[in-house]
Amino acid sequence: MIQLIDIHKSFRNKKVLTGVNLTIHRGESMVVIGGSGCGKSVLMKHIMGLIWPDRGQVIIDGKDLASCSRQELNEVRKKFGMLFQGAALFDSMTVGQNVGFGLKEHTSLSKDEIQEKVQEKLHMVGLPGIDALRPDELSGGMKKRVGLARAIAMEPEILLYDEPTTGLDPIMSDVINDLIIRMKEAYHVTSLAITHDMISAYKIADRIGMLYEGRIIETGTPEEIQNTKNPIVRQFITGSAKGPITEGACV
Amino acid sequence: MRRFLNKIGRQCSHFLGETGRLSTLFIQALIGIFRPPFRFELIMSQMEEVGVKSLSVTLITAAFTGMVLALQSHIGFKRFNAESLVGTVVALSVTRELGPVLTGLVVAARAGSSIAAELGTMRVTEQIDALTTLAVNPIEYLVSPRLLAGLLMLPILAALADITGIIGGYLVSVYFLHANSVVYIRRTFDFLVYQDIYSGIFKAAVFGVIITVVGCYKGFYAEGGAHGVGNATTGAVVMAYMLIIVSNYFMTALFF
Repeated sequence: MIQLIDIHKSFRNKKVLTGVNLTIHRGESMVVIGGSGCGKSVLMKHIMGLIWPDRGQVIIDGKDLASCSRQELNEVRKKFGMLFQGAALFDSMTVGQNVGFGLKEHTSLSKDEIQEKVQEKLHMVGLPGIDALRPDELSGGMKKRVGLARAIAMEPEILLYDEPTTGLDPIMSDVINDLIIRMKEAYHVTSLAITHDMISAYKIADRIGMLYEGRIIETGTPEEIQNTKNPIVRQFITGSAKGPITEGACV
Repeated sequence: MRRFLNKIGRQCSHFLGETGRLSTLFIQALIGIFRPPFRFELIMSQMEEVGVKSLSVTLITAAFTGMVLALQSHIGFKRFNAESLVGTVVALSVTRELGPVLTGLVVAARAGSSIAAELGTMRVTEQIDALTTLAVNPIEYLVSPRLLAGLLMLPILAALADITGIIGGYLVSVYFLHANSVVYIRRTFDFLVYQDIYSGIFKAAVFGVIITVVGCYKGFYAEGGAHGVGNATTGAVVMAYMLIIVSNYFMTALFF
């Protein structure tokens, strides 16, 4: 279970998060929606300990990240897999080396065993036999899928998706959405995705939360969010140019 | 007045912050060298990047520096009939100063900038964050091998630069200025003591640390996309140059 309790974060006097409270239950697929630059990525990076809060607690399976030793923090991180917005593939390595990186670093598997696992994960994301290619030879959609293969290589308990469909065409976006659903079914993972793509959010979420002005202002199932009476959430999910967000209203 | 003091305060705070972060990165990378897993493959590849790929430009610089030094000192010494001391001056200048300093500057320009650009790109494309999410310490993975490579390769490059510089001086003196070969070689080694060589090699090792740590630091904390990577690269070369020149004076004073 992931718990974020009263998270505050500022960068150079700019308040980005102003008291985020969010709980993601085991096996749940949570999607956080919100406008560009509202702090969704910052929120996600807090969960991995990539950014530390100015105030508040991040608790993963009962462990407060702030009180973890270096070793404990690494053990917590091994429970996670993360798909970055731009895939963040290591460009000095081949696709196969990227996918097998975690296995090489943290397991005693032989080269052949790692290779076998790499092929299996690449097959899962629909890209068999591309392990010898380099990241700069891949399209945007392929990069995301290789990033996903790398994220699942260590068979994590929790998967984090940072804008998984941003920058992809509608068909490739749907391929990624299907993959996210397959990951959940295959590995029973807990997942958190951040996005502003509502088609993707409705498809992959068990629960949706909206981040606005540094706080989660509403959470609910996709149906509840679609029928919300909150004018801010309504404006965002309908993509209307007129409403409280563009008029600068506060919650 | 108040605005002026504010500006000075901000500059001091920025300077202290940067010094603190640089020192912390250096200490963490140093500890990382001794902490398993030992990534020999990465260390070897960095030794190639920092050392082997800088070899040709270092040797060309050293050879021509030794050659021009022989020419210049010949002109000066001829005025009081002391041309036979050219070999001594070339050997002392190259081993004590020019070999290590020029090697440091050349490697700072070639490898230091490349380190900053590579790590800066990794930072802005979230590859460094990706390392952390894969439970790999990015300082131990990226900085420690480069630090070790700089520490080991710069003294080797400086030693080779010393030899090349001395040979360059010899060739110009003997074949162009018609100095006596035997006298030149004797004068070269008569006044050269081990400390001249050791002090130069020690300096080069310090420069190796400066170049790699500064390059990694500037890249590691780069921000703001392509512009940020450009700034990191330029900043790494300028900072390394300054630190090499300033630290060289203090080390020379120490070995004086």
